[in-house]
Amino acid sequence: MNRKLRAATIGLALVWVGALHAAVRSVEQEPCAPALLSETGLYEASRPGAIARGVRQFSPQYPLWSDGAAKARWVYLPAGTTIDTTNHADWVFPVGTKFWKEFTFNGRKVETRLIWRATEDRWIFATYAWNEEQTDAVLAPFDGITGAAELSGGKRHNIPGQIDCQACHGTKRPGPLGFNALQLSTDRDPDAIHGEPLAPGMMTAADLEREHRFSPSRPELIAAPPRIHANSPRTRAVLGYLAANCGTCHNPAGETSFTGPSLKHSDILDGDDVVARMLQYATSWQVPGQPEGATRMLNALEPDASAILARMRSRRPSSQMPPLGTVLRDEKAIAAIEQWIATDLVKR
Amino acid sequence: MKRTRLTQLMVLGVAMFSGAMLRAMAPEGQGAAAAPEQKKARVERGAYLVGMMGCNDCHTPWKLGPQGPEPDMTKALTGHPQDMVMPPPPPPSGPWLWHGGATNTAFAGPWGVSFTANLTPDPETGLGKWTEDMFIATMRTARHQGKGRPILPPMPVKMIGKANDEDLKSIFAYLQSLAPVKNRVPAPVDPPEAK
Repeated sequence: MNRKLRAATIGLALVWVGALHAAVRSVEQEPCAPALLSETGLYEASRPGAIARGVRQFSPQYPLWSDGAAKARWVYLPAGTTIDTTNHADWVFPVGTKFWKEFTFNGRKVETRLIWRATEDRWIFATYAWNEEQTDAVLAPFDGITGAAELSGGKRHNIPGQIDCQACHGTKRPGPLGFNALQLSTDRDPDAIHGEPLAPGMMTAADLEREHRFSPSRPELIAAPPRIHANSPRTRAVLGYLAANCGTCHNPAGETSFTGPSLKHSDILDGDDVVARMLQYATSWQVPGQPEGATRMLNALEPDASAILARMRSRRPSSQMPPLGTVLRDEKAIAAIEQWIATDLVKR
Repeated sequence: MKRTRLTQLMVLGVAMFSGAMLRAMAPEGQGAAAAPEQKKARVERGAYLVGMMGCNDCHTPWKLGPQGPEPDMTKALTGHPQDMVMPPPPPPSGPWLWHGGATNTAFAGPWGVSFTANLTPDPETGLGKWTEDMFIATMRTARHQGKGRPILPPMPVKMIGKANDEDLKSIFAYLQSLAPVKNRVPAPVDPPEAK
């Protein structure tokens, strides 16, 4: 082999070694959930328990029912980045965005969930189980933790596994569920079921606009913050509840074949129209005892024949709604919806 | 001359190797829809997998044949017959915890009563409105369309969920290639709620 050929062979070998090394390094550097909550960026490194600079608390006006847990939520948007609001119904968050949600039952922190847009094409979902001392939380196993905290009626709270995270947050366009224009609106619903007060310093959609965090900018979020328009305060509150608890799946883009009225946060703002469609929609699932084809999503004349109420009242796996994330009925919401049907809907 | 040919062979080898590497590294399903040949291959493999994994054992109603009970292949993979209304199941007795219907499409146990699904692509009663993603999500999460109620016993969904994406895509491609049959399978019946 002459010198040129030897040099070419060595050169090619070096190229392949380099490519192999780069491939191995990229696998090694693939981001993953840290082992401890204290390593996720939620807290100041030097002051355990103190929320880190740049991490902002927020409170959706219509909270998701989580078996009565007290919840706290935070968001981190990397400095200088913006949320892509080209599609105002589905905000696209910049790489590096993190969301945390802390669950407290009976005065004790049980778990904190992390949603992190780690790369352009990858969201990381993780949940951390708090230790006995309440000083830090440890990354939960892939399948979650069954029976992590005691609830009422002998039932227990389960820390979700990774697959459960995907079931709610989706796989096609994953992301947070309670961080959108309606949930962060400053025109907050005073009758929201399980509504929480907006404490000073909590981030709103108007704050995001003022801080130039939207691209394109959304001045209407300050001038005319979104709200559900309805003929009664009860209708507004109930639709907000349904958007938070049902709208993630019950919408045309919800990764299911659901074809009924969309309950997505951006589709329920014309509240009375949505209610009219819910009253007409025949569900494929039948309320037990009802003849085939008779069940409607909402039934004003016979409230107990409403699919929504029947499924909210169930906590049996094949019929309960929502189908996961809760083992206790939301009695307050059930009572509110019963009253709403009996008062507002029968007048229609 | 000999050296030139050796160099050409080396360049050709590197090019082929690079092509193979790029192909191997490309994400599954990226780009245009599966080519017709790929689709055909998937349907064939799906038919093999469905036959080998015993899907007909429960999703095809059984009848009494000359040699005893056998799947009624005229109703292949159509699930529990809609006109076969099941009476309430007998209560559990001693070690007999669960019961199965004569068609092997209805099952009663601690989970309530489950009926096997219509797997043909009928848009109203089968998988006609399902997407490949929904099917894969169902098998991976053991939940209806990856988000809804749990898939109930005796469906061995945890086992099937361990299949790789390509096999699940093949199973779905085969099921979608079947003639759609309208057969509205009843919804599962809940067990009595624990007091």
